Amino acid sequence: MNILAIDTSNQVMGVAISKDGQLKAEHITNMKRNHSVGLMPAIDHLMKETDTLPADLDRIVVAKGPGSYTGVRIGLSTAKTMAWSLNIPIVTISSLELLAYNGQGAVKYICPFFDARRGLVYTGLYEVIGESLAVVKEEQNISFESWLIQLSELDEKIVFLSQDLELHRSLIISILGEKAVFPKVNALHYPRPSILAALAEERAPEISHEITPNYLRMVEAEANWLKEQERKKDE
Amino acid sequence: MSEYILGIETSCDETAAAIIKDGREIASNVVASQIESHKRFGGVVPEIASRHHVEQITLVLEETFEKAGLKMEDIDAVAVTEGPGLVGALLVGVNAAKALAFAHNKPLVGVHHIAGHIYANRLVKEFEFPLLALVVSGGHTELILMEEHGDFNIIGETRDDAAGEAYDKVARTLKLPYPGGPKIDQLAQNGEPVIDFPRAWLEDGSYDFSFSGLKSAVINTLHNAKQRGQEYKNEEIAASFQASVVEVLVEKTYRAANQYGVKQVIVAGGVAANKGLRNAMEAKFKGEATELMFPPISLCTDNAAMIAAAGSIAFNQGHRATWDLNANPGLDLERYARRKK
Ligand SMILES: [Zn+2]
Repeated sequence: MNILAIDTSNQVMGVAISKDGQLKAEHITNMKRNHSVGLMPAIDHLMKETDTLPADLDRIVVAKGPGSYTGVRIGLSTAKTMAWSLNIPIVTISSLELLAYNGQGAVKYICPFFDARRGLVYTGLYEVIGESLAVVKEEQNISFESWLIQLSELDEKIVFLSQDLELHRSLIISILGEKAVFPKVNALHYPRPSILAALAEERAPEISHEITPNYLRMVEAEANWLKEQERKKDE
Repeated sequence: MSEYILGIETSCDETAAAIIKDGREIASNVVASQIESHKRFGGVVPEIASRHHVEQITLVLEETFEKAGLKMEDIDAVAVTEGPGLVGALLVGVNAAKALAFAHNKPLVGVHHIAGHIYANRLVKEFEFPLLALVVSGGHTELILMEEHGDFNIIGETRDDAAGEAYDKVARTLKLPYPGGPKIDQLAQNGEPVIDFPRAWLEDGSYDFSFSGLKSAVINTLHNAKQRGQEYKNEEIAASFQASVVEVLVEKTYRAANQYGVKQVIVAGGVAANKGLRNAMEAKFKGEATELMFPPISLCTDNAAMIAAAGSIAFNQGHRATWDLNANPGLDLERYARRKK
């Protein structure tokens, strides 16, 4: 099975190609750049490097967020249109889950997170079970402080993975103390498209038309509108 | 053999795709409008527009191919709006277009949204140059002179609000539901222009426009009338406002048409659907040698048939976009016309 993996959901842009379970090529950039400029040239380059034609692809996998709204849409628009037009299966995987796999094998719990500004994060909690991960606490958009207080109730070590770790390291330590584990290797904080490709092998395919980003957050205008409707109802 | 161009347009709140045969014939033209989603906010919310585009894009593409009875293999090039427009919205179309072109090894062509609006008219009638286009919409008010295909010279443009924007703002002042522009036009048909609102002619010989003063005049007039206990009917305000906008648009277009000795005048963009503007233009150009043309209403508002039509010209002139094509929310028309191949 030939798999093309795409992740443009956060600052890291990743593309990988695997064939029959083996990674053939992986490309990562970690630049504050528009992924719309870099993505297709990277796909083109890796396809050439691995002697793969679009018609040879059997599956496309894409990281569906959370992350940058625009970034997620660049990846999804590309992946779903390509999969639909080539008539091949598409698989989506949470960007948090993808990052969580970088912590596999260290300790029992893994907490990947992305900074979402104003004290908020996108995060979830995963538990290592055999060779895979299980969701312990659902992905959410939450105040990092209240999230950490929830985690402090667990009597286990938790490994934290995030490119935004330095922004929050002291807060994590102040609440979790010794229970917090941080990988020394910086590269473990970056999501890998090769892992995306590996995970895609056994996932159930989805329907291209139905693929939507996992924003984890309502559009502000919509949230305000709903609040306004509630207020009107109460009056 | 026939040439088939696939067009994709997602610059604002319509997810659209179309296939055009030989540059001038519509094989299919699909538009998924989001008006219902934005109505409750009184205008387009960019993030909501982008979210809809990503949900709709492959559905719209599928319908486009089904209606045309064609497959991606039959397509000669993929044309997509690269700008101007809402960046997040544009990005969905640009990346979908790149995915299609890459997956099927087809040429990719970037199209300027305004070039598209002008070329909507070539789906009705062949161009004769020199040609003058008045593009009026929610985002644009421009007079564009064309000496040949793919050549665009802006001889006049708005210095503040676009005409359509002024319509929407006045509509909001009158508390008309979104989208308000067409409703002003409807009201104006049933009212007398009893208020003499200002006309912004600007300097002698200028083909530029300005509508923000007019918008303020409408708001002030309403405010002052209210204080005096005087009341105007919405129909009267709409008719007076429209009379001011239309007179300036028509007069400047007419003068420019004469100065440049153009063979055709095209009125394009969403506001080209405006009845008041159509009637006044027709009256002004009656008996003139210049041919006056309006695209059908369905091609005035945003669509992808116009993008494919403009894309066909760019494609035949040898323009090709590379895989790093990006959305360009502020894309300049003249710079676009002079882009490298
Ligand atoms: Zn438009």
